[in-house]
Amino acid sequence: MLTILLLAIPILAAGLLFLSGAKNARNLALGAGILELIVTLAAFYVNKQGNAESLLNFNQEWIGPLGISYAFNLDGISLVMALLVALLLPIIIYASAHRTYKSPHYFYGLMLLMAASMMGAFTTTDGLLFYVFYEFALIPIYFMILYWSDNPNKAKITLKFFIYTLFGSLFMLVSLLYLYNISGSFNMNALYEAGRSLSAAEQGWVFAGFFIAFAVKIPVFPFHSWQPSTYDAAPTAATMLLAGIMLKMASYGLIRLVIPALPAGVAEYGTWALALSAVSVIYASCMAIVQQRYKLLIAWSSIAHLGVLSAGILAGNAQGIQGGVMEMLSHGILSVALFFVYDIIESRVHHDDMHKMGGIREVNPLFAFLFFSVVMGSVALPLTSGFVGEFLLLLGFYQVSPWLTAVAGLTVVLGAVYMLRAFQVMMLGSAPASMLNFAPLNRHEKTVLTILVILIIALGVYPDPILSTSNPSVESLLQGLNR
Amino acid sequence: MEKLVTLIPLFPLAGFLFITFFGKGSSKNFIGGVGSSAILLSFVVSLLVFSTQMHGAHPTVVKAFDWITAGSFDIDISFLVDPLSSIYLLFITGVGFLIHVYSIGYMHEDEGFNRFIAYLNLFVFFMLILILGDSYVTMFVGWEGVGLCSFMLIGFWYKDMKNNDAAKKAFIVNRIGDLGLILGMCLLFSYTGTLRFDELYISERGIAGIPSDVATAIGILLFIGAMGKSAQIPLHTWLPDAMAGPTPVSALIHAATMVTAGIYMVARSSNLYAMTETASDIITWAGILTSLLGATIALTQNDIKKVLAYSTVSQLGLMFVALGMGAYSTAVFHVITHAFFKALLFLGSGSVIHGMGGEQDIRRMGGLKKHVRTTHLTFLIGTIAISGIFPLAGFFSKDQIIAVAFEENKLMFILSLVVSACTAFYMFRLYFLTFHGKFRGTHEQEHHLHESPAVMTLPLVVLAVLSIVGGFIGLPHAVGESMHMHWHWLDHYLDGTVVMPGLHMDLNTELMLMGLATVIAVGGIYYAWLKYAKRGELALEDKDITSATHKMLLNKYWFDELYDSIIRKPVDAISKALGSVVEPKIIDGLVEGAGSATQATGGKIRLLQSGSLFFYILVFIVGLIALLLYI
Repeated sequence: MLTILLLAIPILAAGLLFLSGAKNARNLALGAGILELIVTLAAFYVNKQGNAESLLNFNQEWIGPLGISYAFNLDGISLVMALLVALLLPIIIYASAHRTYKSPHYFYGLMLLMAASMMGAFTTTDGLLFYVFYEFALIPIYFMILYWSDNPNKAKITLKFFIYTLFGSLFMLVSLLYLYNISGSFNMNALYEAGRSLSAAEQGWVFAGFFIAFAVKIPVFPFHSWQPSTYDAAPTAATMLLAGIMLKMASYGLIRLVIPALPAGVAEYGTWALALSAVSVIYASCMAIVQQRYKLLIAWSSIAHLGVLSAGILAGNAQGIQGGVMEMLSHGILSVALFFVYDIIESRVHHDDMHKMGGIREVNPLFAFLFFSVVMGSVALPLTSGFVGEFLLLLGFYQVSPWLTAVAGLTVVLGAVYMLRAFQVMMLGSAPASMLNFAPLNRHEKTVLTILVILIIALGVYPDPILSTSNPSVESLLQGLNR
Repeated sequence: MEKLVTLIPLFPLAGFLFITFFGKGSSKNFIGGVGSSAILLSFVVSLLVFSTQMHGAHPTVVKAFDWITAGSFDIDISFLVDPLSSIYLLFITGVGFLIHVYSIGYMHEDEGFNRFIAYLNLFVFFMLILILGDSYVTMFVGWEGVGLCSFMLIGFWYKDMKNNDAAKKAFIVNRIGDLGLILGMCLLFSYTGTLRFDELYISERGIAGIPSDVATAIGILLFIGAMGKSAQIPLHTWLPDAMAGPTPVSALIHAATMVTAGIYMVARSSNLYAMTETASDIITWAGILTSLLGATIALTQNDIKKVLAYSTVSQLGLMFVALGMGAYSTAVFHVITHAFFKALLFLGSGSVIHGMGGEQDIRRMGGLKKHVRTTHLTFLIGTIAISGIFPLAGFFSKDQIIAVAFEENKLMFILSLVVSACTAFYMFRLYFLTFHGKFRGTHEQEHHLHESPAVMTLPLVVLAVLSIVGGFIGLPHAVGESMHMHWHWLDHYLDGTVVMPGLHMDLNTELMLMGLATVIAVGGIYYAWLKYAKRGELALEDKDITSATHKMLLNKYWFDELYDSIIRKPVDAISKALGSVVEPKIIDGLVEGAGSATQATGGKIRLLQSGSLFFYILVFIVGLIALLLYI
């Protein structure tokens, strides 16, 4: 029941927006976002109470003979992912309050459609439905970038993004169909069984297909090159949606489809995937070090963190996957926060060239304090959400590949190098004349950034509500895997 | 009683939050009072906890709340009360309180006063978490937390980029160590399935089954963490730069408490290190090399805080020598006495700098003893204590290290005597150049010269007393027996918590060693007196230095330059190459190439570019239907 509500709310709200026109579009979208959050929290509550499966589960045959059904289930992992969507959606909408978008009803409507699509992908238990939601989410974001970006190269950039990810997904489709041919049903449990019945070599091929698809979207080196330019071109709200939520569908796909279905395949080709993830960390960190522009630095740092994420998940043990679940939530929050910081700076100085800034702390200590807290989350300091995820990921990764973990672990050092450098260059020192009129945070900027910082710290100090929700589901997902 | 332990870190945390969120507009004395009383309260509770441990209570784990669960990995925020943690609690909150009080005077004119006290409170909070954490992970919370505070306090005067650079360097170098520590935890976990101290070392022996080469690997990885935090070669370069922070910070964080966290961690893991000779040997060697490096560089430094900083590096090295030789409690003993006299020396130097209006170069000082009488006297006591003169604190703890070295490894014994001689010399060089002779600063400075207010000198007096009597917690057998006092009290107290070496020295050897150590220290002092007091020599100006050795020492063996050319520059160069060649030409180039090739062949793609919403949805739906038909 609740599952269907989570899908219906954003879809209905989007329809309402498309029809009703531009008036109050943002407030309506915000209302829908908050409602979505309330329903998600209710689902958390139901889950904690136990014995209310029917509220969290929905299963309706769609195309019976083909084994496709509208099947959704909010298990512990999906609950956390739903929280990621429902928590960040209203924040992202509220964060764009000071931006006026042309045709806001279309902008926010597309945003809600995207949320619905992501919510679907995170909660369905049908393989084909997952694929459909996964792909459908591309459409709204494509238009959000194409029509609302002011980057002169937007057409080229969005096209590259679109084709690249679509192309990647074809591999997933092939792998999915391969499994379906054996199982005769898209039900995920059937897919798991089908996958495990394959020989190691076959599993390896199927795994390769999934991995390429997800590696494009996570993204993992060398499939990442669409990402920095897309983040850069997209309007901030779209970047937040992309970095914060949408790309998590891929890492979620690894957890939901790949790990349980293809244990031998992961064993066969996993080392390659782990190595690429580790390279990703180093490569993206080095790229982040040389960036002059803040937004690009954040884009690259995101790739570096996601390299750790994919490595930890592919380790396929409870620590890695729990770390993955936590990191997806944490990285979502941190990405939104870091891009919001971009928005605040850009709206004041109209560029993001870090070396032309400086001394902002002197002018605006509150902003500096909040930004610093976000930076600490990003470098995974303990008692921030970033630490819990990253530590578990490394712990899980280590049990599979100590040496590669040592390589990926360099994120601990390099992350500090580029983040502290960015913070120092932009915020510290004495303020040059051009920075002296850096306006104080307005009420809604203060609210958004404070909420994000509170979330970063609260989830770092007390992540138990998240981890204890997902832990049973992670354990049952791993049951029967000899790892 | 143990349940109260939760309060100990809570007081400073509350202090931090209160000052940060409600401190605006309150008077500086009020804020200083709040900050100091928070630590005082922690000290009082620590005393209670300590007394239960002293009366033989069993080690107890007090759980605060659930923290991280992932399959079999399960870590709470819990506190471990045992002899080791309780004695650390005592000197951290004790010395911490004195430094808070001192800061009220030292920072009084600073516009960032509230922020300063708040950060200090936060630091003590994290330091207490570090000590109390019942697992490596909880300890790591404090470990990184103190690093954060250290970062914020080194860069406290953030308008000067030099301070920010020093802060960043400290953070990043520490992070290198932390990576080692994280990997060490990972390895430990993959063999034992736990990271809790009681499951590893106390109630169960989780480490018993580890093969010895694995124990070696874990030991080395954990020690890399200690190298970062406690500034051991090759990760020592950040500590001297950290002196950019306000002086109370140097006293509290970069001398008395945080930098000794590495020693705490190794002592905490003594059962593990007892299993691995190799890792222990590495610690001994890193320790003695660091100690020699610090002691020799300190011979030539002219910044009063830099001398003390290198002295700290050197003393920390000695503590690791003790750890490496298996004398864990001896290292802890030196940590404690060092906390007293080094905090005293740093605060004393702060008082000097305060009086000199910010001057730190001892070539511009001289003859201060008649201007700052209390500071002078207490500084002298600290100097005697660190030089190892009977019966001050440093004598007993250093003597114990030397005695262990004598039994275990004669080379270490000789080298630690060399360190001793250097220590006595550079400390008295510092003392004579600062307090004796003629004043060499400007007239303005001379006119300005004044003794610090009581709020600063009182802590000096208390620390001076502690520097005199602090050594009595570890009297050697020979002395203890003749004075009818507890001897080796600390060893007995820590027995069972850390591994004890089976060291039994006869009384004559003990006395002989004490005599030798004293002769060497006195020799160093005499030479300093001869050179700087009797002959009145002065430290050379930089441009007059011609000797190659002197230049090498003054430039700190060129470690910074070395790292710059073998690490920083290559990383920058590689990053630049990736950014300007690999990414645009190869990785993205291939994709772009493939993209434009497709675009050239298919005119239809152009439709995509100009596209409309309905067209896409159409394509999507058609695709979906095609897919279903295929199936």
